[in-house]
Amino acid sequence: MSRNHVSKPKVEKIIPLKPRERMQIPRHAPIEQDPGCRINNFSEVSDGFNVELASEEALRCLECNDPVCTKGCPVNVDIRSFIGLIYQKDYQGAINKIRESNYLPAICGRVCPQESLCESVCLVGKKNEPLAIGKLERFVADYEINTGGFTPPKVDESKGQSVAVVGSGPGGLTVSAELAQRGYAVTIFEALHEAGGVLKFGIPEFRLPKHIVDAEIDRVKALGVKIETNVIIGRTLTIDELFEEMGFEAVYLGTGAGSPRFLNIPGENLGDVYSASELLTRVNLMKAYKFPEYDTPLKLGKRIAVIGGGDVAMDAVRTSKRFNPEKAILLYRRSRDEMPARAEEVHHAEEEGVEFHFLTNPVEIHGNEDGSIRAIECQKMELGEPDEQGRRRPVPIEGSNFMMDVDTVVMAIGQKPNPIIQQTTPGLETSGWGTVIVDGNGSTSREGVFAGGDISRGGATVIQAVADGKQASRSIDTYLTEKRMEEAPVQN
Amino acid sequence: MYVIHRRTPLSSAITALEVEAPLIARKRKPGNFVIVRPTATGERIPLTIVESDSERGTITLIVQAIGKTTQLIHTMKEGDEFEDVVGPLGEPTPIENYGKVVCVGGGVGTAVVYPMAKALKAAGNKVISIIGAQNSDTVILEKEMSAVSDELFVTTDDGSRGIKGFVTQALGEIMERGDDIHSVYATGPLPMMRAVANQTRGSGIRTVVSLNPIMMDGTGMCGACRVTVGGKLKFACVDGPEFDAHEINFEELIARNKNYMNQEREAMETLKQEHQCQAG
Ligand SMILES: Cc1cc2nc3c(=O)[nH]c(=O)nc-3n(C[C@H](O)[C@H](O)[C@H](O)COP(=O)(O)OP(=O)(O)OC[C@H]3O[C@@H](n4cnc5c(N)ncnc54)[C@H](O)[C@@H]3O)c2cc1C
Ligand SMILES: Cc1cc2nc3c(=O)[nH]c(=O)nc-3n(C[C@H](O)[C@H](O)[C@H](O)COP(=O)(O)OP(=O)(O)OC[C@H]3O[C@@H](n4cnc5c(N)ncnc54)[C@H](O)[C@@H]3O)c2cc1C
Ligand code: SF4
Ligand code: SF4
Ligand code: FES
Repeated sequence: MSRNHVSKPKVEKIIPLKPRERMQIPRHAPIEQDPGCRINNFSEVSDGFNVELASEEALRCLECNDPVCTKGCPVNVDIRSFIGLIYQKDYQGAINKIRESNYLPAICGRVCPQESLCESVCLVGKKNEPLAIGKLERFVADYEINTGGFTPPKVDESKGQSVAVVGSGPGGLTVSAELAQRGYAVTIFEALHEAGGVLKFGIPEFRLPKHIVDAEIDRVKALGVKIETNVIIGRTLTIDELFEEMGFEAVYLGTGAGSPRFLNIPGENLGDVYSASELLTRVNLMKAYKFPEYDTPLKLGKRIAVIGGGDVAMDAVRTSKRFNPEKAILLYRRSRDEMPARAEEVHHAEEEGVEFHFLTNPVEIHGNEDGSIRAIECQKMELGEPDEQGRRRPVPIEGSNFMMDVDTVVMAIGQKPNPIIQQTTPGLETSGWGTVIVDGNGSTSREGVFAGGDISRGGATVIQAVADGKQASRSIDTYLTEKRMEEAPVQN
Repeated sequence: MYVIHRRTPLSSAITALEVEAPLIARKRKPGNFVIVRPTATGERIPLTIVESDSERGTITLIVQAIGKTTQLIHTMKEGDEFEDVVGPLGEPTPIENYGKVVCVGGGVGTAVVYPMAKALKAAGNKVISIIGAQNSDTVILEKEMSAVSDELFVTTDDGSRGIKGFVTQALGEIMERGDDIHSVYATGPLPMMRAVANQTRGSGIRTVVSLNPIMMDGTGMCGACRVTVGGKLKFACVDGPEFDAHEINFEELIARNKNYMNQEREAMETLKQEHQCQAG
């Protein structure tokens, strides 16, 4: 990723409070549904900030001369400026400012792991809690959705070249928006019947309402981007056909890492063992929570155990909790500190009464004769030496096995890219993990083919997919510009 | 988009639908299937592509009404549209001239084995086919199967047509004749495929079955279709749906396919009630 140089001219401060006064204002909490109430519905947990809360939160910004927050954001959103615009009550100006760097603010404001990105470096956070940057971003994005103030950014004159984008997740949407603005004709091909990727089928409605995702997709379409659903690249059409028969001059692969991993333990193929992907897709994309109004069923028991410690596990266990079980349990083999999930979601899960069992590793799922689940056998773990990533490795404690009485098990232990494109695209280099290999600019080993997001990272974040998409769009622009020059008739 | 151009009833609960899907028709190979969603509130279900016509831009599906979604599809008329059709999915059947092969279709499984038989015949194989059904009303594709087979056996459970008994009875007779059978292709209900697998296991005849686990996305993304083959985890939608029958853990798959029985009954009940309301 290229680091945009952030310039530091002395900019005048507009908020009239003294730094000490600003530092004394405590961070504002968003408006949230009561936990006891929200576990009975799928409506969004957090309503975020209203105008008052947003204005008061904006007052906390120190308007730093060197706004480090922007460096903490993978796409370098000009945070200081948009917060200033919120203070001046120019909400549309604020959202326009954000959109210069990030075309999906209503989504990122909600799901970015801010505590480890923009907010982790915010100067206020040195003494007090950092600014609620994500909540402010979400506030102005929602403001725009509610007031209908969106006007599409200017689109350059047509370059006469077309680009195919494979997959409509945050990465694919970003590449498309960027290239459309530069005058390229962009078509997105999506395997599923709806666009949005993980934003649609993975992240639950109560965390990211689907009408919000659709509103952001509409903004991408407003730039002239076409979206063809029900097209699986590698099956319905191949990459070679996109180039040779359909006339696309560059292809971006943003197909994500959707294929679930399993633990390979006995009993894992009993009927009531799900991958988190299956559970979440049934509920989110297929709307099983509205069964039988919607036809797709979901069968969850009374004591549900979810295995894992990331965002996916947290979403699976909180979704399970909303189907009114006696218990929704999370089993994680390391300790609380090593959990990769967003802090806010762990906190929400705790509020909602999810039972956490740390340092607990499943070793077998025991079934009854009729194929239902009787219990899950687990082993206790302790933390050993740190691994390559610095996380302490869990080590089994001999003789510590015990049984836990559950009737449904959900595996949320990670995903890998599905192999369809890799298998059907000659010359596309992949790693041992099945991810597509890219260089720092998003180029793959195939000329004209670029990639980013989870397909090359194997499971990262929305904002990382957005950042990759932006990088790749610059590379694609350069590539196609050179191609244009080469093909242009020589003029004297 | 996905308009039904032609609807042909094959029995009281089985219909053939010719559906517009030009991109799929162009690419489809024997053994491929599609995932369809009849309506915007509907479920995604897999159906085999029985035939395709790349010139007309259509594919032919044969569907048996057994639950809510297939019942809905069964009642669709010419001119109606599917909300979604996506494919072609799955690995195509490897087709070579092997010599002599037996193709076995049980119930609506005949629709799945027919394209394989047709391709095997076209590749020069001697094709012996067996189609089984509950009774004479549910025997499907007899004419089509006969046209691509050197020899055709029909079996019915009640003896109302052809040999009385299961497909395994006819298969047993063929095996006893001492024919030099290279491969057996069998598709139908899981217990039937398991019975065929058990029948050929001793003789070591290569036996291929097309599995029908519960599916959702069909692209390897949910794991609902996972099966154990030779002790390894496979996703039927991307690694299959055809596998070596002797390696499959049928018991596990049969149990998994029963997972949604109660919910499906509930869905059927609401469908019936809706029909009653419309009628009254
Ligand atoms: C349950 C869950 C919760 C998460 N929570 C968070 C969170 O809170 N915060 C966060 O930052 N990240 C979160 N993540 C991670 C984040 O969603 C991903 O990193 C991000 O979506 C990756 O974006 P992408 O554009 O690479 O692909 P994806 O969003 O995975 O989209 C890929 C798209 O490509 C389509 N596709 C695949 N193959 C083909 C093909 N052959 N042809 C056509 N289309 C194809 C897929 O159907 C899909 O729509 C979560 C992930 C999951 C699963
Ligand atoms: C690769 C593949 C190809 C297929 N091709 C065809 C085809 O060409 N024609 C056709 O009619 N059917 C075919 N099937 C089966 C078809 O998909 C199912 O009949 C359908 O999903 C049932 O949906 P439903 O809502 O109508 O019934 P449901 O209400 O979902 O189920 C009714 C009953 O059938 C059982 N069942 C559920 N799913 C399946 C399944 N996948 N297979 C068998 N039984 C099931 C249930 O346990 C239940 O008892 C195929 C399946 C696969 C996986
Ligand atoms: S996009 Fe994400 S990381 Fe960047 S400022 Fe917004 S919330 Fe922070
Ligand atoms: S680092 Fe914090 S205080 Fe400083 S400009 Fe950014 S948001 Fe404001
Ligand atoms: S149907 Fe989802 S992985 Fe096969």
